[in-house]
Amino acid sequence: MSADTILNILVATIAAGTPLVYAALGELVTEKSGVLNLGVEGMMLVGAISGFITMAKTGSLFLAVVCGMTAGALMSLVFAILTLYLMANQVASGLALTIFGIGLSAFMGIKYTSVALNGVPELHIPILSDIPILGRLVFSYDILIYLSLLILAGVAWFLYKTRAGTILRAIGESPKSGHALGFSVIGIRYLAVLFGGAMAGIGGVYVAVAYTPMWVEGMVAGRGWVAIALVVFATWRPLRVMVGAYLFGGVTIAQFHIQGLGIEIPSQFLSMLPYLATIAVLVIISRDKNTIRVNSPASLGITYHPENN
Amino acid sequence: MKESRLIKTVLFISVMAFIVAGFAFPVSAKGKLKVGFVYVSPIGDAGWTFQHDLGRIALEKNLGDNVATKYIENVPEGAEAERVIRDLAKSGHDLIFTTSFGYMNPTLKVAKLFPKKMFEHSTGYKRSKNVGTYMCRFYEGRYLTGIIAGKMTKSNTLGYVAAFPIPEVIRGINAFTLGAKSVNPDIKVKVIWINSWFDPGKEREASEALIDQGVDIVTHHTDSTAPTMTAEEKGVFAIAYHSDMSKYGANAHLTATTHVWDKYYTKVAKDVLSGTWKSEAVWGGIKEGMIKLAPISKKVPADVVALVKKTEKMISDGSFHPFHGPVKSQDGKVVVEPGKSLTDQDLLNMNYYVEGVLGNIPH
Amino acid sequence: MGVKLLFKVEPRPVPLKKMRYLSPLIAAVMMLFSGLIIFSMLGKNPAIAFHAFFIEPVNDFYGLGELIIKASPLMLIGVGLAIGFRANIWNIGAEGQLAMGAVFGGGIALYFNESTSGFVLPAMFIAGAVGGMLWASIPAFLKTRFNANEILVSLMLNYVAILFLSLLIHGPWKDPQGYGFPQSILFSDSALLPVLIEGTRLHAGVIISFAAIGVGWIFLLRSFLGYQLQVSGLAINAASYAGFKYKKMIWIGLLAGGLAAGLAGVSEIAGPIGQLLPSVSPGYGFAAIIVAYVGRLHPGGIFLSSLLMALLYLGGESGQMNLDLPSAVTGIFQGMLLFYLLAADFLINFRFRWKSIPLRQGI
Repeated sequence: MSADTILNILVATIAAGTPLVYAALGELVTEKSGVLNLGVEGMMLVGAISGFITMAKTGSLFLAVVCGMTAGALMSLVFAILTLYLMANQVASGLALTIFGIGLSAFMGIKYTSVALNGVPELHIPILSDIPILGRLVFSYDILIYLSLLILAGVAWFLYKTRAGTILRAIGESPKSGHALGFSVIGIRYLAVLFGGAMAGIGGVYVAVAYTPMWVEGMVAGRGWVAIALVVFATWRPLRVMVGAYLFGGVTIAQFHIQGLGIEIPSQFLSMLPYLATIAVLVIISRDKNTIRVNSPASLGITYHPENN
Repeated sequence: MKESRLIKTVLFISVMAFIVAGFAFPVSAKGKLKVGFVYVSPIGDAGWTFQHDLGRIALEKNLGDNVATKYIENVPEGAEAERVIRDLAKSGHDLIFTTSFGYMNPTLKVAKLFPKKMFEHSTGYKRSKNVGTYMCRFYEGRYLTGIIAGKMTKSNTLGYVAAFPIPEVIRGINAFTLGAKSVNPDIKVKVIWINSWFDPGKEREASEALIDQGVDIVTHHTDSTAPTMTAEEKGVFAIAYHSDMSKYGANAHLTATTHVWDKYYTKVAKDVLSGTWKSEAVWGGIKEGMIKLAPISKKVPADVVALVKKTEKMISDGSFHPFHGPVKSQDGKVVVEPGKSLTDQDLLNMNYYVEGVLGNIPH
Repeated sequence: MGVKLLFKVEPRPVPLKKMRYLSPLIAAVMMLFSGLIIFSMLGKNPAIAFHAFFIEPVNDFYGLGELIIKASPLMLIGVGLAIGFRANIWNIGAEGQLAMGAVFGGGIALYFNESTSGFVLPAMFIAGAVGGMLWASIPAFLKTRFNANEILVSLMLNYVAILFLSLLIHGPWKDPQGYGFPQSILFSDSALLPVLIEGTRLHAGVIISFAAIGVGWIFLLRSFLGYQLQVSGLAINAASYAGFKYKKMIWIGLLAGGLAAGLAGVSEIAGPIGQLLPSVSPGYGFAAIIVAYVGRLHPGGIFLSSLLMALLYLGGESGQMNLDLPSAVTGIFQGMLLFYLLAADFLINFRFRWKSIPLRQGI
């Protein structure tokens, strides 16, 4: 395998991991506030078709991203109202959101089936993009990939360096004490869920507008579930989410490359790896009280009843 | 008290709602031949299903008021298909085309229940009294596109995105390789299997992997436009399949192997109308007008186009067979003796790669 | 108090029990009304659309059979899951447990393909039950031993199981005479469930589902263990004070779901499918979660809600066939049904009061 091939694989891996970076970062913030939203796949799909339609109609990537984010956020608003205002079960609400989103996106996309877009051009930064190897590996992606890294840095900074981030994490650990300190647990969770929806929305837009620039029913193809796995795999840390996203994305790319190189490993083995790795990480961090407390938000998935205080 | 009122109201509304839902509106039947089509993917504007739908539209046009057609798209292969096929038969469709390999067993099951209805299953190998099969000699088109690829490649490595390792697909890979080798003996063909007929995401990733590994012409035996689009994006050539996909790759698209069902569907419907239909295994190619090449790109030199046209004519009049000996398999064994051609039976059972294809057939 | 809109929300002094049974009705009615809006938006006459969606699929004997076939795995898995859900054990891995049931049961069918013994079918069901339970025991073990969240573990295992099934069908279990297509041989008659009523596909597997409703009823509502499950679900602390073993409840809750899903997997392959395919379920394991929830975790309710969900599936196909409605409407209906239900459930514990309305005494 030549150096060029390896470089190509790395570049393709970054692109494959990017929708996961978006969706998993959103879910990370949602889960950090103590809410488990299993509707990522549905939100991504609705974001994908909304962005796709906008792109097809206007040709503006900016508008496509905005519409995709809005659509994802609107989907998550349904979830937020159910789980936060009406105090419904989070697991059931999330699954309903996914089933609904799969149907809704297919429905919205009927007229757009197999319509193709031009895709998003890769940036060409003078001088920098022309540096051998480094130019290709670092300076020649499409703009949405750089945006994902920017958001990643923003989320890491927000969670660990700002007061608001500390409050969000505190509420995820113990909504009761957050409430006692005078913070609006429900209000903050609303914002966290909406952010999760908006990020899932961009993740979807990336799939439908940049990665495979055409619309096909269900084209997010399980990435929403992988994103949920990824948050656990990354033990709820933003930087690890990025590493994990590229690892998981790399698995898909590797399947085809090793076939092309004539190595015979059934693709199913490779596809299983992310899920098995996630279970392994979950077992490792859950096995004693300290590691679970350090890693996972303590109130994850538990409905908060304000009046119980 | 308040609750009992609530309960009453809800009950009342639900009863009313279901009554409204229960309005009966019988669908009126007309004295036409109703023809049903079952499609595995959405019609879209290119691909396997799109070609079949062109055939359906032509059938409606050709036979006018004598027929009414109905299609159901996006029907998954397996147990769900059986219900869809049966519903078509039940709702008065006398002729039903099922257009994907995975509908084979469901079609036969339903046909047994409706012995008076006629079924035509595409690409399968099982027939019965009221189930015929039909497909195209795609390999003839593949051989011709192979000639173009063999002449146009600079890296001498061609890429092939393939769906399932069934004889139909393997035959296409081999014919393409033989065509390319006939003009360029150094050709190597890399194959990536994606285990799906239609999955643009995987098709794109597989095409990208092939291109990244040094392939400079991509072709495919899958349904979407993704391989052509990826080739366009990466600045290499593409040879499409099913439909003319030149609008998805203005620079990349060299040509495409397309299949045309217009005449066939019209003929079958006519036979049914006149009562002369019988179950057959139809296998048509260039000669029957079922296989055509899409317009060849201007980038292909005139002498290559002339060679393709000449070969096309020879295949059509029977003076040339793409699997004409000597043909060696991948391990160097002679599979077709010099001077002989493969029989249809051999073609239908093909389960080996010819020399020049890299890798192994998955099993 | 939380959010304030135009009206005031306040907890009910006593949960409104009747609401538990009313809210599925309210949800169904709201879903129908939303359907009215959707159909009108699509420019369809709602009455005709409702007829096509909800009546057409079940207006004959065959259609009713299809409804029960479709509802059968949903009610079976729904009851199994309800046992866990009552104890607050969230097994969302039924889809994978179903696939594992199909692997184990299908393995028996393939291995004893030559056998005409009457023991093949029972052996398949036993193996399928074991397969489903083994797969469910992984989250149970990891939860009880390592405290790993059963929601996440069971979710991940879905994909592992489905990929494992796919691996077998693409590899060692592929039909050697199947021309390389990823499907197993057709099961011999001794491995197929008999059809109960001639002219339908109604197979003996539905008896298991009906039996599960009965067994579930007795277990959940009449047995001490069922009572313990419910108590441990309502309050973990209270249950452990009462001396109940919470770990035992986790095992029972998960294994019940695995058992039911495994049996459902065998029922599918030995019933409507008749062989092993890479995909044996169109998402029954997930849909059953909705079924269990809409059915109030009560076997009687699950019976009804599984029929409703099955009707939504069939309606989607029928709407596509008769009215060119997109089949995606099914997912929208199913999602909305659960949304409305979850929303209506709010009224069990809370009530709305308009601010201007003076407080009244009593409920």
